[in-house]
Amino acid sequence: MNRSLLSAVLLAAGLSLAPVAQAQTSLLNVSYDVARDVFKDYNPKFVAAYKARTGETVEVKQSHAGSTKQVRAVADGLEADVVTMNQATDIMFLAEKGLVAADWTKKFPNDAAPYTSTMVFIVRKGNPKAIKDWNDLIKSGTSIIIPHPKNTGNGRWTYLAAWGNALKQPGGNDKSAAAYLSAFFKNTPLFAPGGRDATTTFIQRGQGDVLVTFESEAELIAREFGRGGFEVVYPPQSILTELPVAIVDKVVDKRGTRKQAQAYLEYLWSKDGQTNAAENYLRPRDAEVFKKYADRFPAVKTFTVDETFGGWAKATEAHFKDGGSFDQIYQVK
Amino acid sequence: MKVRRAAAETPAVRWTLTAIGVGFLIFFLGLPLIAVFVEAFRSGWAPYWEALQEKDTLHAVGLTVLVAVVVLPFNIAFGVAAAWAIAKFEFWGKSLLTTLIDLPFAVSPVVAGLLFILIFGANGWMGPLLQSHDIKIIFALPGMIIATLFITFPYIARELIPLMQAQGREEEEAAVSLGATGFQMFWRVTLPNIKWGLLYGVILANARAMGEFGAVSVVSGHIRGETNTLPLHVEILYNEYNSVGAFAAASVLALLALVTLIAKTIVEWRMAKETEMLNAALPTEKTAS
Repeated sequence: MNRSLLSAVLLAAGLSLAPVAQAQTSLLNVSYDVARDVFKDYNPKFVAAYKARTGETVEVKQSHAGSTKQVRAVADGLEADVVTMNQATDIMFLAEKGLVAADWTKKFPNDAAPYTSTMVFIVRKGNPKAIKDWNDLIKSGTSIIIPHPKNTGNGRWTYLAAWGNALKQPGGNDKSAAAYLSAFFKNTPLFAPGGRDATTTFIQRGQGDVLVTFESEAELIAREFGRGGFEVVYPPQSILTELPVAIVDKVVDKRGTRKQAQAYLEYLWSKDGQTNAAENYLRPRDAEVFKKYADRFPAVKTFTVDETFGGWAKATEAHFKDGGSFDQIYQVK
Repeated sequence: MKVRRAAAETPAVRWTLTAIGVGFLIFFLGLPLIAVFVEAFRSGWAPYWEALQEKDTLHAVGLTVLVAVVVLPFNIAFGVAAAWAIAKFEFWGKSLLTTLIDLPFAVSPVVAGLLFILIFGANGWMGPLLQSHDIKIIFALPGMIIATLFITFPYIARELIPLMQAQGREEEEAAVSLGATGFQMFWRVTLPNIKWGLLYGVILANARAMGEFGAVSVVSGHIRGETNTLPLHVEILYNEYNSVGAFAAASVLALLALVTLIAKTIVEWRMAKETEMLNAALPTEKTAS
């Protein structure tokens, strides 16, 4: 490499890295894979509002990857001021490790979940298999694509949605729910390793008749792959997927960023924050904002993990730990 | 004669073998390369250009180059020193050292990344010490450099060891006996002898450093505009359904690979030429010794 070229490259590298060195309060938001659009829109709004209120300029950095990988990284020392996840289990893991307060769900309204989504069905154009409800999924010859229920958030939500729905049928109990899930897995030819993989398997590789995923994900798929190829089906009843947030106490105390981190998460509940969620097809908690965007969120009867399963700790224990209901059902498949 | 017999294979066999080779090449190398550019330009020039101008993508390019530029001098120093020691001297533990140099080839990059988390992570051996001094290694630039260093350090040494062994130590001994200092000997005799091999090793190590995914992915923390290298950035963009962005970034990587390939070909050609010259000069030396 000749010398002037080398120095040009070094200069370019140095310049592009220069902003990192600026001394300015920064927050790192460690989040799951598909939350990028939400926060790409949210961060500038928060920065502007915070500056108007306090005069202080805050920079917000984002990190996105699979949710389990992300919380592992935080536990291993990735200095996240806040975590914004798609499932309480991920934050519970950090609470167990002592990075997040044990009572983190009480630190913000709505059990620290500023917005929600729900599990819906995505089917091929024209709905050739006439899928309308959970029971249509277990008809023979229907092939379901979902991510792995044991190690992905998306898959766990699907599993609990299916279980809860079976439980809430007339005469439903744990046994009938297990029987439903057993039939469900007979129609599941494969588990995708992650939510995004499930989507690509269904949309790009054209496998399966139905994909069970988040309502918000359906919109992202439509934006990228066009609205022509598939339809979204809302089952009459599904699970309320609460998407929680938390401050990583150990990090904000060390970095002295508690004030900013608190403001950052609180702002998610503001009109601005709630509107931003709705714009990204996440169901806002704010009734007024919800009403404004009501046409985006068809009515679904929803149930929560807390009321149906007695909270995530119990749900995890009963269904997803080794030897839990998933293992039992899946082994006898 | 052997040569005759090989050349006397029936045309059918020759054509079949050639077709298999070329077909394999097109299918596994040509098509993917074309696909990258087709996907990148799917929506035309303007979106491609725009995707490349994106702040985080530019930063990823800069970071990738920076990591490679920091890693290579270490690799050169280590590679030359190790090859020198192994090729020119006999010492206890030499075979152990040779095996250790190959370790990164044998260890899966993801495992290598996890090893560094075990050492430097918050719950790792050195975690508490690093935290009490507020030194960040994992999920920051140093960790990414260390991981890349680990993955790429065999390349130069592996390239130089056979070369230096073949050259022997006579020329160096002659230089020293004629009064050269150690440095003079290295600069005037050793280095000119190995320069093409060294460059070849540098090119390979550089290609690997820029393309490394597994180990860097584990220690990066995926902070946008801060610890995302190009390969990581490609994956993230792809997972966000931003195909144009992902393939635009991938095309930059592919271009880097093509440049590497061309550089490699030129160096190989120069090496072959030099060996030819050496061989032409060799018979007289042989009889002299």
